[in-house]
Amino acid sequence: MSFTNLVHAVIDGILTGSVYALMATGLTLIFGVMDIINVAQGVFVILGSYLSYALSVHFGIDPFVGLLITVPTMFLVGIVVERAFIARLKGPEKTAMSILVTYAVSLVIEGVLNMVFTTNPVQINNASYINSSVHLFGMWLPYIYIFGFLLAGGFLGSIYFMLYRTRFGASVRASLADQTAAALVGIDVKKVSTICFGIGIAVTAAGGMIYGATNAFNASSSYDLISRLLTIIVLGGMGSLAGALVAGISMIILEDIVAVAWSPVWSNITFFILLVIVLSFRPQGLFGKQSARVA
Amino acid sequence: MLKSFYSGSLELLASRIDRLPRPSLWLGHRRIATLGGAEVQGNPQGKLLGEIMNRKGKLFRLASVATLGASSLIAVSAAGSSSALAAGTPIKIGISLSLSGDFSADGIAFQQGYQLWAKDINASGGLLGHPVSLDIVSDASDPTQVTANYQKLISQDKVALTFGPYSSLLSLPAAQTVSRYGYALVEGAGGAPSVFAAKLKNLFDVSLPVANALQPFAKWIASLPKSQRPKTASYVTSNDPFTQPQIPVAQKIMKKGGIKTVYSSVFPAETTDYTPIADKVAQANAQVVVLGSVDVPTVAAFMKAFAQMHYNPKVFIASAGPDQGTQFTSAVTVKAANGMLVPSSWYGASANPLSKTMVAHFIALHGGTASQISADVAEAYSVGETIAAAVKATGGFDNAKIIKYLHSGVTIKTVQGNVKFNKLGENFSMTAYTFQWQGSNFVQVNPVKDPNSVKIVYPKPSW
Repeated sequence: MSFTNLVHAVIDGILTGSVYALMATGLTLIFGVMDIINVAQGVFVILGSYLSYALSVHFGIDPFVGLLITVPTMFLVGIVVERAFIARLKGPEKTAMSILVTYAVSLVIEGVLNMVFTTNPVQINNASYINSSVHLFGMWLPYIYIFGFLLAGGFLGSIYFMLYRTRFGASVRASLADQTAAALVGIDVKKVSTICFGIGIAVTAAGGMIYGATNAFNASSSYDLISRLLTIIVLGGMGSLAGALVAGISMIILEDIVAVAWSPVWSNITFFILLVIVLSFRPQGLFGKQSARVA
Repeated sequence: MLKSFYSGSLELLASRIDRLPRPSLWLGHRRIATLGGAEVQGNPQGKLLGEIMNRKGKLFRLASVATLGASSLIAVSAAGSSSALAAGTPIKIGISLSLSGDFSADGIAFQQGYQLWAKDINASGGLLGHPVSLDIVSDASDPTQVTANYQKLISQDKVALTFGPYSSLLSLPAAQTVSRYGYALVEGAGGAPSVFAAKLKNLFDVSLPVANALQPFAKWIASLPKSQRPKTASYVTSNDPFTQPQIPVAQKIMKKGGIKTVYSSVFPAETTDYTPIADKVAQANAQVVVLGSVDVPTVAAFMKAFAQMHYNPKVFIASAGPDQGTQFTSAVTVKAANGMLVPSSWYGASANPLSKTMVAHFIALHGGTASQISADVAEAYSVGETIAAAVKATGGFDNAKIIKYLHSGVTIKTVQGNVKFNKLGENFSMTAYTFQWQGSNFVQVNPVKDPNSVKIVYPKPSW
């Protein structure tokens, strides 16, 4: 393996991993605030892909401009799903039940997508930059991956700003730390939870757009996605935003390096070996808190 | 008599099950059995559970014998009784298809093929006067679900015949399951060597055995005049049982023809990020790329990555994906598809009269053009034609007779061409062809001497 190949694999990993990190951020935010394991996150990403696809194919709207429509739409979808199904989950079985409920939601969305768009794979293709690339340092870097990285960075920065520089963010962090204590000091935890669920789903619009522009997809692509996203948040620590970012990027970098240096067959296996090792020493994940897992 | 014995066995089984411990104790037993005997003896509850385990051991053996006996009776009864149907009674055919999950695009195309055949056969009076009714259940592309589905279709829905699911991955467990009930499984997309290695007597694949699918292509490349012949090739394949066996066959022929392998790799079927693999193929800069793919998204990912890397091989063939008609072009665009090659045994513009009729019926029903029809439709349709011929020849729906008939060396005409099975259930009379996208047309280009082949576009136009 040449040095250029290695650098290329690392750069690919950073560019692609940041988009996965963005998708996983929504998942970990929802779990951190609400103790909800949203296994429908994968299908929400695909729903975001289809929305961008529909806007670009039927209305000629650039996929990035289309985010001005798809992000608020997905936020509203998140709010509706939370109010209709998630808010009803209570008691000690809430987390376990959330897996079943969100799985049911994902099946319904998958069925609807199959009916509306059929199972034929599609791809967001009608923007010139999607198939173009720039030649830098002896390697071709696709524009869509660079733009995806910038988009993910922008979204993650905005979420960070919201969490650490706004009053609402303080409420979210208080709810993340201890829901009962947060309620006692006057925070409307239900409202915070609903909005966080909406934000967690809204980011899938951005992740979905990039996913749809880099892969051919249909509704069943969500199965591959959700397994990856869950793995990322387990490695990073469930409920940790920094963990999702670090785990998302490091997972893809490791897989890419192994695929290039050794064999693609070993890339997934190597990652899971690393995951087992990390969890042996830190069962709560890289950035997770022990108490969060106990709760 | 069989029925009364069977229901008596079930009553006996039910009365025994009634005496079994409560579900919570069952759970306790499983836990203790896992942890070992010491824990059973270590507390009073453990002793009680130990007794239950002993009782259950006997009961389980009894239940197993009864279940096995009952299953065999169901099999004998179900597989044999359907030949005595009253005239005009609908005949039920059970099918498990991937209507969701990884193979959903192919599963839906298969469903269209089966439904079209059922519509056509019913329009011509059905099977021996019985209208055909398809009982299709979804397996979500999951081999475990396939097994459960065929068990349900046979034992609960009491279907008379079974058609196969999509893919080699699912066809093997499906065939193993239905063989326990004495049913034939005629399928159109389970041609991997690993499927036939099971040596099941009830399995019949109407399509081309996949191992040799790339042979005509490889022979054509190797036979090109030296000045035109490519010098280098890259081989990259999914580790799926359908596609992986095809690659070494092609590689061997091309190597013999003096074409040097510059890159060879296998990737897991569950890969989602193809970028590093595609980058490596592009960097190897071979003139020929042979991709072992099972679906459209995989081919689309490689095509996109190659375009982004400004890599345009002279020849690019994928083992599956480009044969999926509009599914393929809608994902990659007609422009990018231009020049892409794929091995297959059928295409929409086939001169076969049976195929022409099917294509006309398909277009009347779904619209579009012949090139836009997925090869899956023809594969599924051929399954129906094969079973129809067997039912007609045997004069009924007796699966044992159908299996015997299909193994008799008879040749059956289908939309894909002739079907003739060897003792493993492989269709050894079908010819492998190579097809190419030329503009918006999907055309046969190989074997070169075949009168229906058109001139191959070589080298492939740029992306």
